[in-house]
Amino acid sequence: MYAFEIERPTTIAEAVAALAADEAQALGGGQTLIPTLKQRLAAPETLVSLTAIPEMQGLCMSDEGALCVGAATTHARVAAEAKAFPALAALAGHIGDPAVRNRGTLGGSLANNDPSACYPAAVLGTGATIKTNAREIAADDYFQGMFATALEEGEIITEVRFPVPTTASYQKFLQPASRFALVGVFVAQYPTGVRVAVTGASEEGVFRWAEAEAALSADFGVEALAGLAVSPDGMIADLHGTSEYRAHLIGVLTKRAVAAAI
Amino acid sequence: MTDVKMTVNGQPVLGQVEGRTLLVDFLRTDLKLTGTHVGCDTSQCGACLVHVNGAAVKACTMFAFEADGAEVTTIEGMAEPDGSLSRIQQAFQDHHGLQCGFCTPGMVMSAAALLKETPKPTEAEVRAYLEGNICRCTGYHNIIKAIMAASGQDVSAAVA
Ligand SMILES: Cc1cc2nc3c(=O)[nH]c(=O)nc-3n(C[C@H](O)[C@H](O)[C@H](O)COP(=O)(O)OP(=O)(O)OC[C@H]3O[C@@H](n4cnc5c(N)ncnc54)[C@H](O)[C@@H]3O)c2cc1C
Ligand code: FES
Ligand code: FES
Repeated sequence: MYAFEIERPTTIAEAVAALAADEAQALGGGQTLIPTLKQRLAAPETLVSLTAIPEMQGLCMSDEGALCVGAATTHARVAAEAKAFPALAALAGHIGDPAVRNRGTLGGSLANNDPSACYPAAVLGTGATIKTNAREIAADDYFQGMFATALEEGEIITEVRFPVPTTASYQKFLQPASRFALVGVFVAQYPTGVRVAVTGASEEGVFRWAEAEAALSADFGVEALAGLAVSPDGMIADLHGTSEYRAHLIGVLTKRAVAAAI
Repeated sequence: MTDVKMTVNGQPVLGQVEGRTLLVDFLRTDLKLTGTHVGCDTSQCGACLVHVNGAAVKACTMFAFEADGAEVTTIEGMAEPDGSLSRIQQAFQDHHGLQCGFCTPGMVMSAAALLKETPKPTEAEVRAYLEGNICRCTGYHNIIKAIMAASGQDVSAAVA
């Protein structure tokens, strides 16, 4: 690692001020960033830790019935405390391994937007709102392709608001070496319709499967998905799976998610 | 260099670290607590697992400065006050839960974290909890057996 300083502010305002410095970068749980620093793929002069800021920690319910999660809340805490949204708790409880879950944060996962990460599927699959120090971003506008997001330089995610669905399920097909999703599908049913978000599959990162959403909104059952298929064009191909295999898994996991959610 | 202050295995310690000093390097190099191992240095293997404020973390993927003010427990803090092995450590010995022993400090620390959360885990729960601990020698079976035994469950019928 190149040398850098670490700051540990205790308020969002202090963190934003510290991030305005040249070559400053946010540090969440470090589960992605520390390996990146070790490989010298990043060379910040200052790391601004976001994990000592009480206003970015913890879960609560908003007046509109959304589950609010502070962006510096660890995966382990979401797994233990998101009782109002069991599918989200289950997703958080299956990220990586226990030690990763004790450090990794929601905000870090979303800022990184790894194409195989789990949280982006929940955020897009619920149409959540991403709150930053400067504004609110709708999930549909936030994810902009592999490792790309709507965040500006120095902008930090402070909270995510998840509208709690009537029922939901996340199904992850484990890539056992990395413990990320080879493919993961989040299905959420709302009184207004069904959302289906897919991670791990597309070269464009997390995406919504519109045909499945339409079919499931009309009839929320596994049979509604009969005959629907995703084209392998634009799907990730690597030594763990071909694009055809990933496209196939999307159909399988969507059916499993619906079956689990009913 | 920045000053850090933490409690390690019940003892208050003071040190000076760079921003980039990893917790595992502070423990091994500055405090000479070399029981915590570095297997992969890429957050994959769990050989460096320690407890920070009671939570299992990979000390190769946390900065020492982030543990400022924290309570840290390493494998050196696991034995009983009289120096005898703890129940978990004794179970690893009794059930041949180690061969070369390189992964063992991390396995014992993971097991301790698991048994605190789930005092009587099922075999599936033990295996799931050890997701981030890699052992290249034992094939895991005797590690699982040792942890089940340490939790007070009968493992006499388990096949070695
Ligand atoms: C062994 C292993 C297995 C894993 N398995 C999975 C898995 O199954 N599924 C999964 O989804 N993930 C997995 N991960 C990734 C893990 O969830 C990380 O915790 C996460 O991707 C990054 O979160 P972090 O808090 O550690 O962020 P960091 O590593 O600290 O930061 C990541 C990036 O986000 C930025 N950042 C951090 N917080 C914020 C914020 N609040 N606002 C703006 N920018 C911010 C940082 O500047 C950096 O660029 C795994 C990681 C490891 C090491
Ligand atoms: S050395 Fe830390 S996980 Fe392998
Ligand atoms: S006993 Fe050798 S690595 Fe586990």
